[in-house]
Formats: sequence, C-alpha cells, structure tokens
Amino acid sequence: MTDSGGHADTAYLLDTSGPAAPPRDNGELTFAAPWESRAFGVALALRETGRIDWEDFRQLLIAEIGDWQDSGAASDDWSYYACWLRALERLVSQDGLVAADDLETRVSLLAARPPDHGPAARDHDHDHAQHDSQAHDDSQAHDDSRAHDDSRAHASTSHAG
Amino acid sequence: MTAAQEHLDPALRVEALASLLTERGLIDPATVENFIKTYEKSVGPMNGAKVVARAWTDPQYRVRLLADGTAAIAELGFKGPQGEHIVVLENTPSVHHVVVCTLCSCYPWPVLGLPPSWYKDPAYRSRVVREPRMVLAEFGLMLADDVQVKVFDSSSEVRYMVLPERPDGTGHLSEDELAALVTRDAMVGVAAVSAP
Repeated sequence: MTDSGGHADTAYLLDTSGPAAPPRDNGELTFAAPWESRAFGVALALRETGRIDWEDFRQLLIAEIGDWQDSGAASDDWSYYACWLRALERLVSQDGLVAADDLETRVSLLAARPPDHGPAARDHDHDHAQHDSQAHDDSQAHDDSRAHDDSRAHASTSHAG
Repeated sequence: MTAAQEHLDPALRVEALASLLTERGLIDPATVENFIKTYEKSVGPMNGAKVVARAWTDPQYRVRLLADGTAAIAELGFKGPQGEHIVVLENTPSVHHVVVCTLCSCYPWPVLGLPPSWYKDPAYRSRVVREPRMVLAEFGLMLADDVQVKVFDSSSEVRYMVLPERPDGTGHLSEDELAALVTRDAMVGVAAVSAP
C-alpha cells in the first residue's frame, strides 16, 4: 500500500498470488461446484437490491442447518450450500418473490430438457424418462474420510456473541 | 434419475430459481456473476493480512483497529457485506482467541473472504466451544497450559477477526513482507504466524 503508487484502494484486487492469497492458498476452492457459487451469487444479488433482508435469510439458514443436524444424517452428507439454497428458496417464497409451486414447476420443466439441451430445449415434452444424464453425486458413501468429523455431537451453546 | 430425484438436484433447483428471478426482473445475471467472481478472486485473507501487517508496524493504527475494527479496516479500503461490525481480538502471550459461528457460518468477508469448509462444518462449530484446546491441537497449534483460550461466537451483528502475535525475528521485514506471512487460519485463531 505504501509502495503501490497511489493505487491503495485497488491494489489488493491484483494480489491473487502469494502466500496469503485466496481462495486456493489454504488448499481449497471457494466453491465446490458451480451450483454452489450460483446459489451464493443469487442471494447476494437479491440482498444488494434490497429484495431480501439478510437477517431474515440468516435466520432461515440457521434453521436449515439446525434441521440437518437434528435429522441425524451422516456427516458425509453435510452440504452447507444445500442448506443455503433451501433457506433461499424458503425466503423468496415467504417474501412472495417466487412461490414454491412456481419453483417446482420450473424444476420439472428444466428436468424435462433433452440431455443435450441447447436451443432445442424449447420443445418441452415433459418426458422425464429420457433424462438420466444430470449425473449428480450427492454421495451416500460413508467412508469417514473427512477431517474433523470425529465428533457428531451437537453443542447447544447459546448464541451470545 | 427419477423425477423425484431430479427435484432434489441442487444444480437444477438453483438454475430454476435463478431463471424465475431473472425473468421477473428481480436479479440481474451479470450482478450474480460479478459477486461470484469477486469472492472467488478479489476478496480474501490477503485483505486481512494487510490489516494485520499494518497493525504490527503502526502502533497508532493498532490502537484504532482494536478500538473500532470496521473503521480501521475501511481505512485500507476493505468493506462490504458481513463487514458492518468487525471486532478485532488481539492475541497476546497470555491470551489466545479463536473464532466460531456456532449457529451458521458468520465470518468477516471483507477481510477473510468466504469461510473454508471446516469453519462451516458442524463438527468444528460444536467442538471448538467444548474442547478448544483439543481442536486447536488437531490444527497443529499446541498452546501452553498457562495460555488462556477464549472462544468467540459470532452473532448476527458482530464478526470477529483475530490479530495474531507478530513472530519473533521479523523486525527487519517490511509491511508487505509481513503481510505475506499472515494466513487465514491465523486470523480465525486456529494457527499462529511463523517467521519465514
């Protein structure tokens, strides 16, 4: 900053390599899949224009995470952004932006696209049978290979910062 | 994949959600992309590292940082979502701070970027409160028994960032060189900063 030649405000934007640079410096990508980044970006875009209240979103996210923990699901199935997406779906429904029925209808429509959906995707024939190509591995495996999952106990600490 | 499974596919669901919001004029796809790019490439721990290096080299800045983290961090141009109220916790030879968000994943985005997966993991969020020394040891940070460990739980208002101790033997380094030593994990409190 002192030696950045008057570009103190934007110099950090260029600093994407070196020991302290994210997102890869500490060994992982910011997002594990494109849909995660999209779910993130959509929430931020709605927040920026004031379409959603961020604290409302946070409370729904806390609820979704809590529900997952209470469900007793295997820790391998943990997906932070799956909770994030469910919270976002609930919020836009509550706020009247996208009703839950509308969303399900659109999911069906997208699911019915031909496997090589491009311009031809205009012909929605709702033939679900031919669409098994959206291979998506919500891994059910239980290989216990992740770090830091040796405890599945759930703290019931208060949230007093 | 059956129709029921397709409805659970998050990629399909987020695509459906984004397409509806776009058609209704509620989001601009370019804005969505811009946010993704920003947090993938431009905002991250290198911001916080500069804050730490400045605090190590400028005693007056350090005082301002500890008194009002948000304002002092904004002096370096770092602000934005999840940075509205940042409190900086100073580690000393006798007190070590570590940060968690037990309920979700609150994190000071402007200085650290988005949280790593272990920070969001249910195991870290519950265990660091109950057995912080053991969790820190698993990260490779062994603290002497006479060092007090304080766990800070982020709330809806406050985001915490740790000001790690400056390592010995770094008196000759410039501010930029010091910033290069500071890691994300040190600013969450699960690591110490080492001399080069």
